[in-house]
Amino acid sequence: MEPFRKLTAVAAPILRANVDTDAIIPSREMKSVSKSGLADGLFAGWRYTQIGGREPNPHFVLNQPAYRGTRILLGGENFGCGSSREHAVWALAEYGIRAIIAPSFSPIFFNNCVRNGILPARLPEGAVQSIAEDVAHDPQSRPVSVDLESQAVVAHGGACWRFELDSEAKQMLLEGLDAVDLTLRQREAIERFLSRDTAERPWIYLEPTAGGDR
Amino acid sequence: MTGSSRARGPRTLFDKIWEAHLVSETPGRASLVAIDRIFLHERTGSVALKGLKQAGRPIADTARVFCTMDHIVDTFPGRSDETRMPGGKAFITETREAALEAGIRLFDVRDPDQGIVHVISPELGIVLPGATLVCPDSHTCTQGALGALAWGIGSTEAEHALATGTLRVNRPSTLLVRFEGTLAPGVTAKDLSLALVSRHGSAGGNGCAIEYGGSAVRDMDIEARLTLCNMATEFSAMTGIVAPDEKTFAYLEGRRYAPRGELWERAVASWRRLASDEGARFDREIDVDAGGLAPMITWGTSPQHAIPVTGAVPALEASGLPRESYDRALAYMGLEPGTPLGELPIDAAFIGSCTNSRLSDLRRAAALLRGRKVAPGVRAICVPGSMHVKREAESEGLDEVFKAAGFEWREPGCSMCFFAGGESFGPRERVVSSTNRNFESRQGPETRTHIASPETVAASAVAGHIADARRLAS
Repeated sequence: MEPFRKLTAVAAPILRANVDTDAIIPSREMKSVSKSGLADGLFAGWRYTQIGGREPNPHFVLNQPAYRGTRILLGGENFGCGSSREHAVWALAEYGIRAIIAPSFSPIFFNNCVRNGILPARLPEGAVQSIAEDVAHDPQSRPVSVDLESQAVVAHGGACWRFELDSEAKQMLLEGLDAVDLTLRQREAIERFLSRDTAERPWIYLEPTAGGDR
Repeated sequence: MTGSSRARGPRTLFDKIWEAHLVSETPGRASLVAIDRIFLHERTGSVALKGLKQAGRPIADTARVFCTMDHIVDTFPGRSDETRMPGGKAFITETREAALEAGIRLFDVRDPDQGIVHVISPELGIVLPGATLVCPDSHTCTQGALGALAWGIGSTEAEHALATGTLRVNRPSTLLVRFEGTLAPGVTAKDLSLALVSRHGSAGGNGCAIEYGGSAVRDMDIEARLTLCNMATEFSAMTGIVAPDEKTFAYLEGRRYAPRGELWERAVASWRRLASDEGARFDREIDVDAGGLAPMITWGTSPQHAIPVTGAVPALEASGLPRESYDRALAYMGLEPGTPLGELPIDAAFIGSCTNSRLSDLRRAAALLRGRKVAPGVRAICVPGSMHVKREAESEGLDEVFKAAGFEWREPGCSMCFFAGGESFGPRERVVSSTNRNFESRQGPETRTHIASPETVAASAVAGHIADARRLAS
């Protein structure tokens, strides 16, 4: 996973509340058992003029020349709600999005972002609005900066906001860590837990299937 | 506050399950939490199994991993691996191959126990009180109804759980939602869920572990509790949970993967301690007068846009929404402020999904449909949640009631809760649905979804417009 440290890039507003993962990537765009090949389906219902088509809808923000090269999204409350589909985050990452700034995120979407190198930064609604207004003057010449180390978002005009982020998520993003590798270093603790728990709650531990349980 | 300092005082149900699963705590890190059960399905589980294989990582304990076919699988009678979604068949065949190769338990398309993950897991006794269970599916919170800590994750986290038998989790805050009172006739767990989200917003429980308590919840049967917990994710919560009680134990006893004999006795003795202690502190509490609630239905494009079924589309000021969200929802749904919902003609009615597809749901809907007909021009579909539900319903003759009324009677699966199987309702069609999400285009491009209880769906199907089931019943 690509580490995230600091990013200065074009930011695009999709400020409505409750942007759900069906909107980020509709079911029909998840065409194979794969984590890739999803960028074209990103926001398909809004981005194209027709369902299943590929003709850009000129009204959709990411299709506008002013927002070319967007790598940061400015979102509304409860961003990424709905289905747990990680395809939403894979599609965002493949498209080039590296950070999303919103007042709140759905918990599953938040975790999916962190595990794919996308920074989900929580800022109050007013701050996100201010950033969007600053950007709107000329998105290409007024990029937004996100610094993960200092947990700060800086608008081009100089206004600065700090965001909270739990230290686990911060470390994972900063170092681009693979969580499984990190956890497997604790193999001994896991083994100790299992030997104790197998005695305490034996009903949890089932026999492997021999190809039929009935 | 750390887990150890909490342990000295009275503890919540959540605290007890969390602490029993703590493998390790490292300052500045998430806690490592043991995972007892992992469930997968062909849409998001398939990619997790594939990712694991590509990374060359074995599954830590295959005996505690289960997989079903529910999301993409076709629900028409006589189905095969073929789906209406281009490429859908590959999800099914690849999941089957990966599950067989991994040696995990698979409830395949033709398995007599196949069904929606959150319907079959309780049915088979896979989820147990005090257990941790995860699934790459947002409605995993449903299973908290049995007193388990069950929550939805992404596919990458599923890979982590499969490879290590653990997850790295930040301890969530706790929220007690107390539903006190006796539900009025015709009011169900679905209405309680919708009322809660409508009052506190779809981000109102953001990241919380919710305990649902109060007399209305204690009075509910297990299937109603499953419906209640199902929509914790629509409240942006991590999960919902109900303290296990005698009803829970009676429900689980004898189910295939539930413990038996001496082990059952030991388990139940342990499960009886799974309740929040007197004086246990929650980070937040919400009280709802459940006795004062009416059947609810959504008018807009978020579950929070819910009002009593007897109500009218709210004006902007009464909606509590920003103008842009309000206008957008109204335009999408093709509505005007002040229109009584009971005047809205419908094109379709859908009973199914992990929210409301269990035997009790079908019985209540069938009771309203018996001797009645679906209104002309309305397409009505019933999709039982599992093969087990379907068999039980058929043995009671419910299938004949649905079919005689004009409903399609389908094979189990998620079906038209969304259109992963490639099947959808039409543009601008108005659908009353017993599902959980009324997002834009959820049930089909530009489809207008109103979510409600199975009773409201049945009554609306008969009336041809949104209808109050209490008037049909009386």
